[in-house]
Amino acid sequence: MEKELKILKYSDLPKLIERFRSQGFPVLAPIRKGKVIEIEQVQTIDEIALDVLLSTQSAKKAAFPKVEKVLGYTLDKSGVKQQPVDLGAFQETVLFGVRPCDASGFKSLDAIFGEEPKDQFYLQKKAKATIISFSCPVADEYCFCTSVGGGPGNATGSDLQFTGISKDEILVEILTEKGAKLSALFADLLSVDGNGIDKSKFLADVKVVFDMDGVVEKTTASFNNAALWLDQSLRCIGCGACAFVCPTCACFDFQDEQNTKKGVRLRLWDSCGFSLFTLHTSGHNPREVQSQRWRQRIMHKFAYMPEQLHVVGCEGCGRCSRACPVDMNIKEHLTSIGVIV
Amino acid sequence: MSELIKKVTALLSDKTINLFIGYEKGSADRVRALFVRNEEQANKLVYDASCTQNLAGYLLKHEVKRFGKLGILANVAALRSILQLASEFQIKDGEVYVLFANRDGSFVEFTDFHSIEAFLETTDTGIKAEEQEMIARLEAMSNNERWLFWNKEFEKCIKCYACRAACPMCYCHRCTTDVNQPQWIPVASHERGNLDYHLMRAMHLAGRCVNCGECATACPMDIPLNLLTYQLINPIKEIFGATAGMKSDAMYALSTYKPDDKENFII
Repeated sequence: MEKELKILKYSDLPKLIERFRSQGFPVLAPIRKGKVIEIEQVQTIDEIALDVLLSTQSAKKAAFPKVEKVLGYTLDKSGVKQQPVDLGAFQETVLFGVRPCDASGFKSLDAIFGEEPKDQFYLQKKAKATIISFSCPVADEYCFCTSVGGGPGNATGSDLQFTGISKDEILVEILTEKGAKLSALFADLLSVDGNGIDKSKFLADVKVVFDMDGVVEKTTASFNNAALWLDQSLRCIGCGACAFVCPTCACFDFQDEQNTKKGVRLRLWDSCGFSLFTLHTSGHNPREVQSQRWRQRIMHKFAYMPEQLHVVGCEGCGRCSRACPVDMNIKEHLTSIGVIV
Repeated sequence: MSELIKKVTALLSDKTINLFIGYEKGSADRVRALFVRNEEQANKLVYDASCTQNLAGYLLKHEVKRFGKLGILANVAALRSILQLASEFQIKDGEVYVLFANRDGSFVEFTDFHSIEAFLETTDTGIKAEEQEMIARLEAMSNNERWLFWNKEFEKCIKCYACRAACPMCYCHRCTTDVNQPQWIPVASHERGNLDYHLMRAMHLAGRCVNCGECATACPMDIPLNLLTYQLINPIKEIFGATAGMKSDAMYALSTYKPDDKENFII
């Protein structure tokens, strides 16, 4: 659909949340928990932290949670009886106040989980979520969205995008059918004079620090450059903080929890940074050292995903670098790969 | 700073060491670990009050060990980690070149574990005042209040295992939590899985934690995990008279039997 531009008053934001709630839609939004910003279900606008740079974790958990039941089963003498999860039972959800990098992250996840066989757990949840992103008025030194094809006002993946254009007014971009349907709930609060407004004036200035095509090309060519990966990863301690806060990391593990009578099969986040990730039953580990695991992380995002899924697996949000206990800075690492001659 | 750079460059050129673990300027206002193998890298070395990361964990990292003889710029927590690791037979005397930087910019070189022990005897190794305060607050709580406090904190946990990876004492090749057949503790990051993991980790660090605080610093979800293990320091000291990371030949309190061990904790 052709996008529509409208104006909304900041003072009407509480009504939006009320109306979504009155329709029975859970509203997920960034909230403060001490120093951490979580994306969680909220009841009122007052709970929402709209002035934060971005949430600690990405919004991916709305469709790809850290723990997810994918099967129930019972065990008795006659055998195993499966109790599949009802895929139609996921609720219509509103993701409110997330950043453009969260919304565009879903595009990468769509590509991963949309491959055959399609992952209905993700796809059905995603189909029920309407994303209202807030463009970024500020950025920090970890942000590099503009270097990977995004930007502080990037509309990719958003159904609606809100941009503050004065202290009282928000420019509302209605971008998709889903967005149009949700905005019908607050059509009376929208004035029609949004056309002709240049939102770029209200966005953060995020400098382009590397040429993405060059990085993709050089990453692909650097597979055997062992010294490069070792040098970059010596301080990496092999935890999963980067992968778990990442809007596009999609690796998972299955675990069964059961007693003698019944059980559940759970899907859990996993990370290529863990030494256990590729450990074979035989004891052999094809990625036996951290440098190979770090290489996998970079190669997957900047070589394999562009090649196989035609998307780059990075939104430039910088969450991984902010969360890293030992200051592995992906922007810096990519920039250095970009300058390899 | 130039003193440190000169010293490390000399150590590398006369082959006393092959790699030196120190600090360099990192992103924004952070400092981070630097692995110096040549003079050019040595020039990046920095040292100031912000260099609080305990670098001792890197001494056991496979990829770092492969370079050969290691040197390290150790803070107090790292010195204690080295002694604790020695007592657990993870580092041998003379295997690592250890340097300590004083606030005035001068250095202390340690030739062996005994010199580290002697140094620590006259050094403040206690936990910080604000941490002491938090522990007092936790201890003043009723069991139920404390239970609720920790459950609320563990709700945030995503089981990224940054705490475990950052801890110099969590060096097991196969952690209990990674064993899934059988699942000794639930692998999932749900309420029960988070609780069991953190309690298991705290128990495995009782009497071994050198109060460096790396677990809490590493946590991306800002869970004050250090308080869990710090709370176990005093009981171990009171019951067994043992403090971790002070003696290279210490016998681990919880795996050593002495006829005069107190048994007042047995209900």
